[in-house]
Amino acid sequence: MITAVVRPERFERVMEELENEGYIALTATEVKGRGEQKGIKLQFRGRTMEVDLLDKMKIEIVVDENEVDRVIETITSAARTGKIGDGRIFVIPVEKSVRIRTGEIIS
Amino acid sequence: MGLDSGDTAWILAATALVLLMTPGVGLFYGGMVRRKNALSTISLSFLALAIVSVQWVLFGYTLSFGSDVNGVIGGLEYTGLAGIGLEETGTIPHLGFVAFQLTFAAITLAILVSGMAERVRLSSFILFGFLWTTLVYDPLAHWVWGGGWLAELGALDFAGGTVVHISSGFSALAIAFVIGRRAGFGEHSMEPHSIPMTLIGSALLWFGWFGFNAGSALQANGLAANALIVTNTAASAGAIAWLLASWYHGKPSSLGMVSGAIAGLVAITPAAGFVDPLASIAIGAVAGIICYSAMLFRIGKGWDESLDAWAVHGIGGLWGAIATGIFAKESVGEYSGLIYGNVEQFIAQIIAAGSALVYAFAVTLILAKIIDMTVGLRVSEEEEYVGLDISQHGEKAYA
Repeated sequence: MITAVVRPERFERVMEELENEGYIALTATEVKGRGEQKGIKLQFRGRTMEVDLLDKMKIEIVVDENEVDRVIETITSAARTGKIGDGRIFVIPVEKSVRIRTGEIIS
Repeated sequence: MGLDSGDTAWILAATALVLLMTPGVGLFYGGMVRRKNALSTISLSFLALAIVSVQWVLFGYTLSFGSDVNGVIGGLEYTGLAGIGLEETGTIPHLGFVAFQLTFAAITLAILVSGMAERVRLSSFILFGFLWTTLVYDPLAHWVWGGGWLAELGALDFAGGTVVHISSGFSALAIAFVIGRRAGFGEHSMEPHSIPMTLIGSALLWFGWFGFNAGSALQANGLAANALIVTNTAASAGAIAWLLASWYHGKPSSLGMVSGAIAGLVAITPAAGFVDPLASIAIGAVAGIICYSAMLFRIGKGWDESLDAWAVHGIGGLWGAIATGIFAKESVGEYSGLIYGNVEQFIAQIIAAGSALVYAFAVTLILAKIIDMTVGLRVSEEEEYVGLDISQHGEKAYA
Protein backbone atom coordinates (compact mmCIF):
# COMPACT_ATOMS: atom_id res chain seq x y z
CA MET A 1 0.00 0.00 0.00
CA ILE A 2 1.26 3.43 -0.91
CA THR A 3 0.30 6.33 1.34
CA ALA A 4 1.01 9.78 -0.04
CA VAL A 5 0.49 13.08 1.74
CA VAL A 6 0.31 15.88 -0.84
CA ARG A 7 -0.62 19.51 -1.25
CA PRO A 8 -4.40 19.86 -1.56
CA GLU A 9 -4.04 22.06 -4.64
CA ARG A 10 -2.07 19.30 -6.37
CA PHE A 11 -4.53 16.54 -5.44
CA GLU A 12 -6.64 16.81 -8.59
CA ARG A 13 -3.57 16.58 -10.77
CA VAL A 14 -2.27 13.54 -8.85
CA MET A 15 -5.59 11.76 -9.21
CA GLU A 16 -5.74 12.56 -12.91
CA GLU A 17 -2.22 11.30 -13.59
CA LEU A 18 -2.86 8.11 -11.60
CA GLU A 19 -5.97 7.53 -13.66
CA ASN A 20 -4.00 8.05 -16.89
CA GLU A 21 -1.61 5.34 -15.71
CA GLY A 22 -4.55 3.02 -15.05
CA TYR A 23 -4.73 3.33 -11.24
CA ILE A 24 -8.36 4.16 -10.59
CA ALA A 25 -9.08 2.77 -7.10
CA LEU A 26 -7.90 4.90 -4.19
CA THR A 27 -8.94 6.36 -0.85
CA ALA A 28 -8.49 10.07 -0.15
CA THR A 29 -8.73 11.89 3.17
CA GLU A 30 -8.44 15.58 4.12
CA VAL A 31 -5.75 15.79 6.79
CA LYS A 32 -3.59 18.34 8.56
CA GLY A 33 0.10 17.92 9.05
CA ARG A 34 3.50 19.46 9.43
CA GLY A 35 6.98 18.68 8.26
CA GLU A 36 10.35 19.29 9.86
CA GLN A 37 10.11 23.04 9.16
CA LYS A 38 7.04 23.20 11.45
CA GLY A 39 4.67 24.72 8.93
CA ILE A 40 4.94 28.29 7.76
CA LYS A 41 6.18 31.27 9.74
CA LEU A 42 4.58 34.63 9.06
CA GLN A 43 6.30 37.91 9.96
CA PHE A 44 4.26 40.66 11.58
CA ARG A 45 6.18 43.85 12.34
CA GLY A 46 9.04 41.84 13.84
CA ARG A 47 6.71 39.40 15.61
CA THR A 48 6.54 35.87 14.20
CA MET A 49 3.40 33.83 13.95
CA GLU A 50 3.59 30.11 13.32
CA VAL A 51 1.00 28.30 11.32
CA ASP A 52 2.25 24.84 12.10
CA LEU A 53 -0.51 22.53 10.87
CA LEU A 54 -1.28 22.93 7.19
CA ASP A 55 -4.04 21.33 5.13
CA LYS A 56 -2.95 18.28 3.13
CA MET A 57 -4.59 15.46 1.23
CA LYS A 58 -3.74 11.86 2.07
CA ILE A 59 -4.06 9.28 -0.69
CA GLU A 60 -4.01 5.55 -0.05
CA ILE A 61 -3.65 3.19 -2.97
CA VAL A 62 -3.03 -0.58 -3.05
CA VAL A 63 -1.09 -2.03 -5.98
CA ASP A 64 1.06 -5.03 -6.87
CA GLU A 65 4.62 -4.91 -5.65
CA ASN A 66 6.11 -4.56 -9.13
CA GLU A 67 4.00 -1.49 -9.83
CA VAL A 68 5.02 0.43 -6.70
CA ASP A 69 7.82 2.40 -8.35
CA ARG A 70 5.61 3.47 -11.22
CA VAL A 71 2.94 4.76 -8.82
CA ILE A 72 5.54 6.58 -6.73
CA GLU A 73 6.96 8.22 -9.82
CA THR A 74 3.50 9.25 -11.01
CA ILE A 75 2.56 10.78 -7.67
CA THR A 76 5.93 12.50 -7.27
CA SER A 77 5.91 14.15 -10.65
CA ALA A 78 2.30 15.31 -10.29
CA ALA A 79 2.65 16.61 -6.73
CA ARG A 80 6.06 18.28 -6.85
CA THR A 81 6.38 22.06 -6.83
CA GLY A 82 9.99 22.07 -5.61
CA LYS A 83 9.10 24.14 -2.56
CA ILE A 84 8.97 23.09 1.09
CA GLY A 85 5.69 21.39 1.87
CA ASP A 86 5.36 19.07 -1.13
CA GLY A 87 4.67 16.11 1.19
CA ARG A 88 5.80 12.52 1.67
CA ILE A 89 5.18 9.02 0.31
CA PHE A 90 5.27 5.84 2.45
CA VAL A 91 5.11 2.23 1.24
CA ILE A 92 3.67 -0.41 3.56
CA PRO A 93 3.12 -4.16 2.92
CA VAL A 94 -0.50 -5.37 2.83
CA GLU A 95 -1.23 -8.74 4.49
CA LYS A 96 -4.65 -9.37 3.09
CA SER A 97 -7.18 -7.59 0.89
CA VAL A 98 -10.87 -8.56 0.90
CA ARG A 99 -13.62 -7.39 -1.42
CA ILE A 100 -16.61 -6.90 0.90
CA ARG A 101 -19.33 -7.41 -1.72
CA THR A 102 -18.20 -10.93 -2.57
CA GLY A 103 -16.01 -11.92 0.34
CA GLU A 104 -13.32 -12.73 -2.21
CA ILE A 105 -9.71 -12.49 -1.10
CA ILE A 106 -7.64 -10.52 -3.58
CA SER A 107 -4.05 -11.59 -3.86
CA MET B 1 -44.70 69.93 1.48
CA GLY B 2 -44.19 69.20 5.16
CA LEU B 3 -43.16 66.04 6.93
CA ASP B 4 -45.19 62.92 6.22
CA SER B 5 -45.06 60.29 8.95
CA GLY B 6 -45.87 57.42 6.56
CA ASP B 7 -43.04 58.38 4.21
CA THR B 8 -40.68 58.84 7.14
CA ALA B 9 -41.50 55.44 8.62
CA TRP B 10 -40.94 53.77 5.25
CA ILE B 11 -37.58 55.45 4.63
CA LEU B 12 -36.31 54.53 8.10
CA ALA B 13 -37.38 50.91 7.53
CA ALA B 14 -35.92 50.90 3.99
CA THR B 15 -32.61 52.19 5.38
CA ALA B 16 -32.44 49.19 7.70
CA LEU B 17 -33.33 46.87 4.81
CA VAL B 18 -30.53 48.19 2.60
CA LEU B 19 -28.07 48.14 5.49
CA LEU B 20 -28.58 44.40 5.86
CA MET B 21 -27.51 43.94 2.24
CA THR B 22 -23.88 44.81 3.02
CA PRO B 23 -23.29 41.87 5.40
CA GLY B 24 -25.45 39.97 2.88
CA VAL B 25 -22.85 40.62 0.19
CA GLY B 26 -20.27 39.33 2.68
CA LEU B 27 -22.09 36.02 3.07
CA PHE B 28 -22.79 35.83 -0.68
CA TYR B 29 -19.05 36.21 -1.39
CA GLY B 30 -17.94 34.31 1.72
CA GLY B 31 -19.51 31.09 0.51
CA MET B 32 -17.79 31.37 -2.87
CA VAL B 33 -14.22 31.53 -1.58
CA ARG B 34 -12.08 28.75 -0.22
CA ARG B 35 -12.49 27.77 3.43
CA LYS B 36 -9.23 29.46 4.46
CA ASN B 37 -10.52 32.89 3.33
CA ALA B 38 -14.14 32.72 4.50
CA LEU B 39 -13.82 35.02 7.51
CA SER B 40 -11.67 37.52 5.68
CA THR B 41 -14.18 37.81 2.84
CA ILE B 42 -17.13 38.36 5.16
CA SER B 43 -15.14 40.76 7.34
CA LEU B 44 -14.25 42.97 4.39
CA SER B 45 -17.96 43.67 3.85
CA PHE B 46 -18.47 44.66 7.48
CA LEU B 47 -15.36 46.78 7.23
CA ALA B 48 -16.68 48.49 4.09
CA LEU B 49 -19.83 49.37 6.03
CA ALA B 50 -17.82 50.79 8.92
CA ILE B 51 -15.37 52.80 6.78
CA VAL B 52 -18.04 54.35 4.60
CA SER B 53 -20.34 55.11 7.56
CA VAL B 54 -17.68 57.28 9.19
CA GLN B 55 -16.51 58.85 5.91
CA TRP B 56 -20.12 59.65 4.95
CA VAL B 57 -20.77 61.64 8.12
CA LEU B 58 -17.45 63.47 7.89
CA PHE B 59 -17.54 64.53 4.23
CA GLY B 60 -18.98 61.83 1.97
CA TYR B 61 -22.51 63.16 2.17
CA THR B 62 -21.55 66.73 1.46
CA LEU B 63 -19.34 65.74 -1.51
CA SER B 64 -22.30 63.82 -2.96
CA PHE B 65 -25.26 66.01 -2.03
CA GLY B 66 -23.85 69.43 -1.14
CA SER B 67 -24.72 72.35 -3.42
CA ASP B 68 -23.44 71.70 -6.93
CA VAL B 69 -19.95 72.92 -7.90
CA ASN B 70 -19.64 73.05 -11.72
CA GLY B 71 -21.64 69.86 -12.13
CA VAL B 72 -18.83 67.63 -10.86
CA ILE B 73 -18.89 67.57 -7.06
CA GLY B 74 -20.95 68.70 -4.06
CA GLY B 75 -19.96 71.72 -1.96
CA LEU B 76 -18.67 71.46 1.59
CA GLU B 77 -21.55 73.05 3.51
CA TYR B 78 -22.63 69.74 5.08
CA THR B 79 -19.14 68.74 6.28
CA GLY B 80 -19.64 66.74 9.47
CA LEU B 81 -23.36 66.96 8.66
CA ALA B 82 -23.21 70.58 9.82
CA GLY B 83 -26.44 72.49 9.53
CA ILE B 84 -28.58 69.40 9.08
CA GLY B 85 -31.02 69.62 11.91
CA LEU B 86 -34.26 67.78 12.40
CA GLU B 87 -35.94 69.56 9.48
CA GLU B 88 -37.35 67.73 6.52
CA THR B 89 -36.30 67.58 2.92
CA GLY B 90 -39.35 66.84 0.79
CA THR B 91 -41.61 64.85 3.10
CA ILE B 92 -38.91 63.02 5.11
CA PRO B 93 -36.33 64.20 7.66
CA HIS B 94 -33.08 65.34 6.02
CA LEU B 95 -31.15 63.03 8.38
CA GLY B 96 -33.29 60.11 7.17
CA PHE B 97 -32.20 60.90 3.62
CA VAL B 98 -28.55 61.08 4.77
CA ALA B 99 -28.83 57.64 6.41
CA PHE B 100 -30.67 56.07 3.47
CA GLN B 101 -28.04 57.28 0.99
CA LEU B 102 -25.24 56.10 3.29
CA THR B 103 -26.33 52.48 2.96
CA PHE B 104 -25.91 52.71 -0.84
CA ALA B 105 -22.38 54.06 -0.54
CA ALA B 106 -21.50 51.25 1.90
CA ILE B 107 -22.72 48.35 -0.23
CA THR B 108 -20.95 49.72 -3.30
CA LEU B 109 -17.57 49.40 -1.61
CA ALA B 110 -18.50 45.91 -0.33
CA ILE B 111 -19.25 44.72 -3.89
CA LEU B 112 -15.69 45.70 -4.90
CA VAL B 113 -14.22 43.00 -2.65
CA SER B 114 -14.86 40.58 -5.53
CA GLY B 115 -11.86 41.87 -7.49
CA MET B 116 -9.35 41.34 -4.68
CA ALA B 117 -10.83 38.46 -2.68
CA GLU B 118 -8.46 35.91 -1.16
CA ARG B 119 -5.36 38.08 -1.68
CA VAL B 120 -5.82 41.66 -0.46
CA ARG B 121 -3.94 42.96 2.55
CA LEU B 122 -6.35 44.16 5.22
CA SER B 123 -4.56 47.46 5.94
CA SER B 124 -4.39 48.29 2.23
CA PHE B 125 -8.11 47.58 1.86
CA ILE B 126 -8.88 50.13 4.58
CA LEU B 127 -6.79 52.78 2.86
CA PHE B 128 -8.09 51.89 -0.58
CA GLY B 129 -11.72 51.77 0.56
CA PHE B 130 -11.55 55.18 2.18
CA LEU B 131 -10.00 56.77 -0.91
CA TRP B 132 -12.21 54.90 -3.38
CA THR B 133 -15.49 55.93 -1.78
CA THR B 134 -14.23 59.54 -1.69
CA LEU B 135 -12.78 59.74 -5.20
CA VAL B 136 -15.08 57.44 -7.16
CA TYR B 137 -18.39 56.91 -5.37
CA ASP B 138 -19.03 60.43 -4.07
CA PRO B 139 -18.47 62.21 -7.41
CA LEU B 140 -20.61 59.64 -9.28
CA ALA B 141 -23.42 59.95 -6.74
CA HIS B 142 -23.25 63.70 -7.22
CA TRP B 143 -23.27 63.48 -11.02
CA VAL B 144 -26.41 61.37 -11.08
CA TRP B 145 -28.38 62.25 -7.93
CA GLY B 146 -26.80 65.35 -6.43
CA GLY B 147 -27.63 67.73 -9.29
CA GLY B 148 -24.42 67.11 -11.26
CA TRP B 149 -23.93 67.03 -15.01
CA LEU B 150 -25.57 63.65 -15.68
CA ALA B 151 -28.69 64.79 -13.83
CA GLU B 152 -28.66 67.91 -16.04
CA LEU B 153 -28.40 65.69 -19.10
CA GLY B 154 -31.62 63.95 -18.08
CA ALA B 155 -30.14 60.49 -17.50
CA LEU B 156 -32.39 58.29 -15.35
CA ASP B 157 -31.08 56.11 -12.54
CA PHE B 158 -33.87 55.29 -10.13
CA ALA B 159 -31.97 53.40 -7.44
CA GLY B 160 -28.33 53.24 -8.45
CA GLY B 161 -27.73 51.05 -11.49
CA THR B 162 -25.04 53.47 -12.65
CA VAL B 163 -23.81 54.84 -9.33
CA VAL B 164 -23.72 51.55 -7.45
CA HIS B 165 -23.51 48.71 -9.94
CA ILE B 166 -21.66 49.98 -13.02
CA SER B 167 -19.17 51.76 -10.77
CA SER B 168 -18.50 48.80 -8.46
CA GLY B 169 -18.49 46.19 -11.23
CA PHE B 170 -15.99 47.96 -13.46
CA SER B 171 -13.89 49.06 -10.49
CA ALA B 172 -13.65 45.44 -9.35
CA LEU B 173 -12.30 44.55 -12.78
CA ALA B 174 -9.72 47.36 -12.60
CA ILE B 175 -8.54 46.16 -9.18
CA ALA B 176 -8.33 42.57 -10.37
CA PHE B 177 -6.01 43.71 -13.17
CA VAL B 178 -3.76 45.61 -10.75
CA ILE B 179 -3.61 43.06 -7.91
CA GLY B 180 -3.18 40.08 -10.26
CA ARG B 181 -4.53 36.56 -10.25
CA ARG B 182 -4.73 34.38 -7.17
CA ALA B 183 -1.83 31.94 -6.83
CA GLY B 184 -2.75 28.78 -8.71
CA PHE B 185 -5.63 30.38 -10.64
CA GLY B 186 -6.23 28.34 -13.76
CA GLU B 187 -3.98 25.51 -12.54
CA HIS B 188 -6.31 23.91 -10.03
CA SER B 189 -9.97 24.39 -9.24
CA MET B 190 -11.00 26.87 -6.55
CA GLU B 191 -14.41 25.62 -5.65
CA PRO B 192 -16.84 27.56 -3.44
CA HIS B 193 -16.45 26.24 0.10
CA SER B 194 -20.11 26.73 1.12
CA ILE B 195 -22.84 27.25 -1.45
CA PRO B 196 -25.53 27.29 1.29
CA MET B 197 -23.77 30.33 2.78
CA THR B 198 -23.95 32.01 -0.62
CA LEU B 199 -27.65 31.19 -0.82
CA ILE B 200 -28.23 32.79 2.59
CA GLY B 201 -26.36 35.88 1.40
CA SER B 202 -28.55 35.96 -1.72
CA ALA B 203 -31.69 35.72 0.41
CA LEU B 204 -30.56 38.76 2.42
CA LEU B 205 -29.76 40.65 -0.77
CA TRP B 206 -33.10 39.87 -2.40
CA PHE B 207 -34.92 40.88 0.81
CA GLY B 208 -32.90 44.06 1.28
CA TRP B 209 -33.34 45.03 -2.36
CA PHE B 210 -36.97 45.92 -1.64
CA GLY B 211 -35.61 48.73 0.52
CA PHE B 212 -33.01 49.58 -2.11
CA ASN B 213 -35.48 50.03 -4.96
CA ALA B 214 -38.86 50.70 -3.34
CA GLY B 215 -37.17 52.98 -0.79
CA SER B 216 -35.72 55.01 -3.63
CA ALA B 217 -39.22 56.38 -4.32
CA LEU B 218 -38.50 58.34 -1.09
CA GLN B 219 -42.22 58.12 -0.40
CA ALA B 220 -44.63 55.41 0.71
CA ASN B 221 -46.79 55.48 -2.40
CA GLY B 222 -47.75 53.72 -5.61
CA LEU B 223 -44.36 54.33 -7.17
CA ALA B 224 -42.74 52.48 -4.26
CA ALA B 225 -45.15 49.58 -4.76
CA ASN B 226 -44.36 49.54 -8.50
CA ALA B 227 -40.64 49.43 -7.70
CA LEU B 228 -41.21 46.55 -5.30
CA ILE B 229 -43.15 44.37 -7.71
CA VAL B 230 -40.81 44.96 -10.67
CA THR B 231 -37.84 44.23 -8.40
CA ASN B 232 -39.20 40.86 -7.37
CA THR B 233 -40.26 40.00 -10.91
CA ALA B 234 -36.90 40.85 -12.47
CA ALA B 235 -35.04 38.84 -9.80
CA SER B 236 -37.20 35.83 -10.53
CA ALA B 237 -36.87 36.13 -14.30
CA GLY B 238 -33.09 36.47 -13.90
CA ALA B 239 -32.90 33.38 -11.66
CA ILE B 240 -34.85 31.27 -14.16
CA ALA B 241 -32.88 32.56 -17.16
CA TRP B 242 -29.44 31.85 -15.66
CA LEU B 243 -30.62 28.48 -14.37
CA LEU B 244 -31.79 27.48 -17.84
CA ALA B 245 -28.60 28.76 -19.43
CA SER B 246 -26.47 26.71 -17.03
CA TRP B 247 -28.78 23.72 -17.60
CA TYR B 248 -28.15 23.98 -21.32
CA HIS B 249 -24.39 23.76 -20.63
CA GLY B 250 -24.68 21.00 -18.01
CA LYS B 251 -26.45 20.80 -14.67
CA PRO B 252 -28.81 23.56 -13.47
CA SER B 253 -26.61 25.07 -10.79
CA SER B 254 -28.02 26.57 -7.58
CA LEU B 255 -25.15 29.05 -7.52
CA GLY B 256 -26.15 30.01 -11.06
CA MET B 257 -29.77 30.41 -10.01
CA VAL B 258 -28.95 32.95 -7.29
CA SER B 259 -26.37 34.68 -9.48
CA GLY B 260 -29.16 35.14 -12.01
CA ALA B 261 -31.44 36.56 -9.33
CA ILE B 262 -28.76 39.10 -8.39
CA ALA B 263 -28.24 39.91 -12.09
CA GLY B 264 -31.97 40.57 -12.44
CA LEU B 265 -31.98 42.72 -9.29
CA VAL B 266 -29.03 44.73 -10.57
CA ALA B 267 -30.62 45.31 -13.97
CA ILE B 268 -33.98 46.44 -12.59
CA THR B 269 -32.34 48.86 -10.13
CA PRO B 270 -32.08 51.89 -12.45
CA ALA B 271 -35.44 51.06 -14.03
CA ALA B 272 -37.57 50.24 -10.98
CA GLY B 273 -39.43 53.57 -10.92
CA PHE B 274 -39.86 53.86 -14.69
CA VAL B 275 -41.02 50.49 -16.08
CA ASP B 276 -44.07 48.26 -15.62
CA PRO B 277 -44.06 44.64 -14.35
CA LEU B 278 -44.23 43.12 -17.82
CA ALA B 279 -41.10 44.97 -18.94
CA SER B 280 -39.34 43.77 -15.79
CA ILE B 281 -39.66 40.15 -16.95
CA ALA B 282 -37.74 41.04 -20.11
CA ILE B 283 -35.17 43.11 -18.21
CA GLY B 284 -34.53 40.34 -15.67
CA ALA B 285 -34.40 37.48 -18.15
CA VAL B 286 -32.01 39.28 -20.50
CA ALA B 287 -29.85 40.19 -17.50
CA GLY B 288 -29.60 36.51 -16.53
CA ILE B 289 -28.44 35.55 -20.00
CA ILE B 290 -25.96 38.36 -20.68
CA CYS B 291 -24.40 38.24 -17.20
CA TYR B 292 -23.95 34.48 -17.58
CA SER B 293 -22.31 35.07 -20.96
CA ALA B 294 -20.12 37.80 -19.45
CA MET B 295 -18.96 35.34 -16.78
CA LEU B 296 -18.06 32.75 -19.44
CA PHE B 297 -16.23 35.47 -21.38
CA ARG B 298 -14.25 36.47 -18.27
CA ILE B 299 -13.28 32.88 -17.53
CA GLY B 300 -12.28 32.40 -21.17
CA LYS B 301 -10.03 35.47 -20.97
CA GLY B 302 -8.38 34.14 -17.81
CA TRP B 303 -9.30 37.28 -15.84
CA ASP B 304 -9.36 36.57 -12.12
CA GLU B 305 -12.13 38.99 -11.21
CA SER B 306 -12.77 36.34 -8.66
CA LEU B 307 -16.42 36.55 -7.59
CA ASP B 308 -17.89 38.05 -10.77
CA ALA B 309 -18.83 41.55 -9.66
CA TRP B 310 -17.90 42.69 -13.15
CA ALA B 311 -20.09 40.14 -14.92
CA VAL B 312 -23.08 40.52 -12.60
CA HIS B 313 -22.95 44.13 -11.36
CA GLY B 314 -20.93 45.78 -14.13
CA ILE B 315 -22.57 44.19 -17.15
CA GLY B 316 -25.96 43.82 -15.40
CA GLY B 317 -25.84 47.51 -14.45
CA LEU B 318 -24.91 48.50 -17.99
CA TRP B 319 -27.83 46.50 -19.38
CA GLY B 320 -30.16 48.00 -16.75
CA ALA B 321 -29.16 51.57 -17.65
CA ILE B 322 -29.78 50.89 -21.34
CA ALA B 323 -32.98 48.94 -20.60
CA THR B 324 -34.31 51.95 -18.68
CA GLY B 325 -33.93 53.96 -21.88
CA ILE B 326 -35.74 51.25 -23.82
CA PHE B 327 -38.66 50.31 -21.54
CA ALA B 328 -39.44 53.52 -19.58
CA LYS B 329 -43.20 54.11 -19.61
CA GLU B 330 -44.74 57.51 -19.10
CA SER B 331 -47.65 56.28 -16.99
CA VAL B 332 -45.21 54.82 -14.42
CA GLY B 333 -42.46 57.37 -13.97
CA GLU B 334 -43.25 60.30 -16.28
CA TYR B 335 -40.55 59.37 -18.80
CA SER B 336 -40.83 57.31 -21.95
CA GLY B 337 -38.18 55.16 -23.59
CA LEU B 338 -37.21 53.84 -26.99
CA ILE B 339 -40.18 51.50 -27.46
CA TYR B 340 -42.44 54.51 -27.00
CA GLY B 341 -40.42 56.46 -29.56
CA ASN B 342 -38.15 58.49 -27.26
CA VAL B 343 -34.67 58.19 -28.75
CA GLU B 344 -33.21 61.04 -26.71
CA GLN B 345 -33.76 59.22 -23.42
CA PHE B 346 -32.06 56.14 -24.85
CA ILE B 347 -29.03 58.19 -25.87
CA ALA B 348 -28.87 59.98 -22.51
CA GLN B 349 -28.81 56.57 -20.78
CA ILE B 350 -25.91 55.38 -22.93
CA ILE B 351 -23.91 58.56 -22.32
CA ALA B 352 -24.47 58.32 -18.56
CA ALA B 353 -23.61 54.63 -18.32
CA GLY B 354 -20.56 55.03 -20.56
CA SER B 355 -19.12 58.00 -18.69
CA ALA B 356 -19.64 56.37 -15.29
CA LEU B 357 -17.98 53.21 -16.58
CA VAL B 358 -14.93 55.04 -17.92
CA TYR B 359 -14.59 57.26 -14.84
CA ALA B 360 -14.89 54.39 -12.35
CA PHE B 361 -12.54 52.09 -14.27
CA ALA B 362 -9.86 54.72 -14.92
CA VAL B 363 -9.77 56.29 -11.46
CA THR B 364 -9.80 52.88 -9.76
CA LEU B 365 -6.98 51.66 -11.97
CA ILE B 366 -4.82 54.66 -11.07
CA LEU B 367 -5.72 54.57 -7.38
CA ALA B 368 -5.05 50.83 -7.08
CA LYS B 369 -1.76 51.21 -8.94
CA ILE B 370 -0.58 53.99 -6.62
CA ILE B 371 -1.49 52.01 -3.49
CA ASP B 372 0.13 48.90 -4.93
CA MET B 373 3.39 50.75 -5.65
CA THR B 374 3.53 52.48 -2.26
CA VAL B 375 2.13 50.27 0.50
CA GLY B 376 1.31 47.17 -1.59
CA LEU B 377 -2.17 45.83 -2.19
CA ARG B 378 -1.40 42.18 -1.91
CA VAL B 379 -0.34 39.85 0.89
CA SER B 380 2.89 37.83 0.67
CA GLU B 381 3.00 34.45 -1.04
CA GLU B 382 3.09 32.59 2.29
CA GLU B 383 0.21 34.61 3.72
CA GLU B 384 -1.88 33.85 0.66
CA TYR B 385 -1.02 30.16 0.92
CA VAL B 386 -2.13 29.75 4.54
CA GLY B 387 -5.14 31.96 3.88
CA LEU B 388 -6.21 35.44 4.89
CA ASP B 389 -8.23 34.27 7.92
CA ILE B 390 -5.10 33.22 9.76
CA SER B 391 -2.64 35.64 8.20
CA GLN B 392 -4.78 38.81 8.43
CA HIS B 393 -7.07 38.11 11.38
CA GLY B 394 -5.35 35.34 13.38
CA GLU B 395 -8.65 33.45 13.36
CA LYS B 396 -10.19 30.47 11.64
CA ALA B 397 -13.69 30.22 10.22
CA TYR B 398 -13.99 26.55 11.10
CA ALA B 399 -12.18 24.94 14.00
